[in-house]
Amino acid sequence: MSEQNLNPDNSERRAFLKAGAVVTGAAVAPGVLLFGVAQARAPEEPASDKIRWGMLIDTTKCASGCDDCVRACNTENGLSGATGPQDSQWIRKLNIRHLKSGVETSLPMLCQHCEHPPCVDVCPTGASMKRADGIVLVDRHICIGCRYCMMACPYKARSFVHEPLTDQNPEVPRGKGCVESCTFCVQKVDRGENTTACVEACNAAGHKAMLFGDLNDPQSEIAQAMKTYATTEVRADLRLNTGVRYRGI
Amino acid sequence: MPSQEFCLSPRECKPALFWTLLGVGGLVMLGTLASFFYLEHHGHVMTGMDNQIVWGLPHVFAVFLIVAASGVLNVASIGSVFGKKMYKARAPLSGLLAIAMLAGGLAVLVLDLGRPERLIVAMTHYNFKSIFALNMIFYNGFFAIVGLYLLTLMDRRLNPWSKPVGLLAFLWRLALTTATGSIFGFLVARAGYNSALYAPMFIIYSFAYGLAVFIVVQSVMYKWNNIQVDERILTRLKNLLAIFIAASLYFTAVLHLTNMYFAKQWEFERFILLDGGIYPLLFWGGQVFLGGILPLLLIFSQAGRNPATVFAVALLVVLGGHCQMYVTIIGGQAFPLDLFPGYAESSSFYDGVVNGYTPTIWEFLLGIGGIAIAFLITTAAVRVLKFMPQDDFKDIELTAR
Repeated sequence: MSEQNLNPDNSERRAFLKAGAVVTGAAVAPGVLLFGVAQARAPEEPASDKIRWGMLIDTTKCASGCDDCVRACNTENGLSGATGPQDSQWIRKLNIRHLKSGVETSLPMLCQHCEHPPCVDVCPTGASMKRADGIVLVDRHICIGCRYCMMACPYKARSFVHEPLTDQNPEVPRGKGCVESCTFCVQKVDRGENTTACVEACNAAGHKAMLFGDLNDPQSEIAQAMKTYATTEVRADLRLNTGVRYRGI
Repeated sequence: MPSQEFCLSPRECKPALFWTLLGVGGLVMLGTLASFFYLEHHGHVMTGMDNQIVWGLPHVFAVFLIVAASGVLNVASIGSVFGKKMYKARAPLSGLLAIAMLAGGLAVLVLDLGRPERLIVAMTHYNFKSIFALNMIFYNGFFAIVGLYLLTLMDRRLNPWSKPVGLLAFLWRLALTTATGSIFGFLVARAGYNSALYAPMFIIYSFAYGLAVFIVVQSVMYKWNNIQVDERILTRLKNLLAIFIAASLYFTAVLHLTNMYFAKQWEFERFILLDGGIYPLLFWGGQVFLGGILPLLLIFSQAGRNPATVFAVALLVVLGGHCQMYVTIIGGQAFPLDLFPGYAESSSFYDGVVNGYTPTIWEFLLGIGGIAIAFLITTAAVRVLKFMPQDDFKDIELTAR
């Protein structure tokens, strides 16, 4: 065999390898890039107990009458937005007025993602559960719809689905006969976006009254803010160590 | 023997009456099943229950039945555990009623679930921290233990076992009612609940409701079989009922006083006792007067020796018990949660307002289904087995002394 005869073979092989590399790269790169940018967990990887997701709400920045967070939550999670007594509300704007001073405050109220959640304690089947990263959820598969968690929640954070649902968001399964509540937009958290729809909406409106992050990470913005300002838990007397904290009340 | 009079001859067997009773019970059950399938299809949107009043009329009926079920077993316990012969004669009927009423109460709870088809999930997934899950174990155990107890009572060979098994059943029922009361007592966030008193209070309530139901059933059985109840028996039963009624009133008073005194739940107490609309009415008029004071007055009046009066007293206690459950369960939820003490609250989610509740026919049908189930089980069992209390008059002499 002469060298000249070898060259065409080699060039063909190179071309094949090059093409293969391009195709493989094109297939793998988006995943690798996404992982690199967002650090999403793989589906089989469990939530980490090194993280504790929390939220800080600055009531001094929360605008009275603004309900952008509520509408964003409804859109993200496929809620109708109706406010009848039987309709689900995962987040609501609560107006409070101090009985003596008359000072009025507006704030969003949602599941407080307690460290010691009464809903999880009372749930007979274990459907109400707290993830390792502090997010309190309802397992749609084993909730029997007894509503004891709704009796137990000090924050009135839970809703019962009273009628059949249609046009659901596939990422946020909901169903008639089950109890549900704010999930801290767990679908976004698990995608690595590490934010919630309500926080995004509040920021987009320019209020920046809501901050979401890892309470366990001393460098996180939320942990820094909680070191700087005095914050309060709602019904701190119950010692539930809530994941949602408020400033300005 | 009195029990055989029910069916001494085909003529006296009263088959028409028996089938009529089954028919009436069956009709009610039909309504309950219709309601269940209707709600199963459309959802709880068809009920008066909502995200504020999450437990409604079905729970009032169900919890009453469950509490009374544990209480009605007391009649047997007094016989087996404390050796009173007069009560021993009533032990089988007492055990039967306990099983029948628990079955009725639990059936209502299950039929009202958002996902009743997941009952098997509830039976296979236990969160042992949940008092609700522990209750399921207590309820299932209660069926088993009382069933066994009935066997030892009704099978002569097993008779010697009736005392130890009766003792176990007695202790089990105390634990069961403690757990049932704790369903409410453990609700730390709500002003109306969150009290350790709920456990002993529910036990006392169960004594009164259970005995009242027993007296109602026994009176009806005697009446239909033309049996005159001995006055001494009647006197003992009504006096015991009086003690239970008085104790129930005492615990009710203590609960509200502690709420006012050291828990400082003045707003809630004012709501439930004074200006809460239907709840003060049901509390004072239903639970306290019709279910407490009036029965006591009747028991100790001249007419108290009359079987008809005792029957009426027992019915009043049952009525008062339902009022108490309504005030406890619905009233406790109607009063708003106080997220920010010292603040007035308002929102689109009905914060800070008294929550209204108007039950629909569907909830009522679900609720009375529990009574229908208990009624059907009792009627059928009384027909086929010897549950009619039979007194040996020598024993009555002994007991009356």
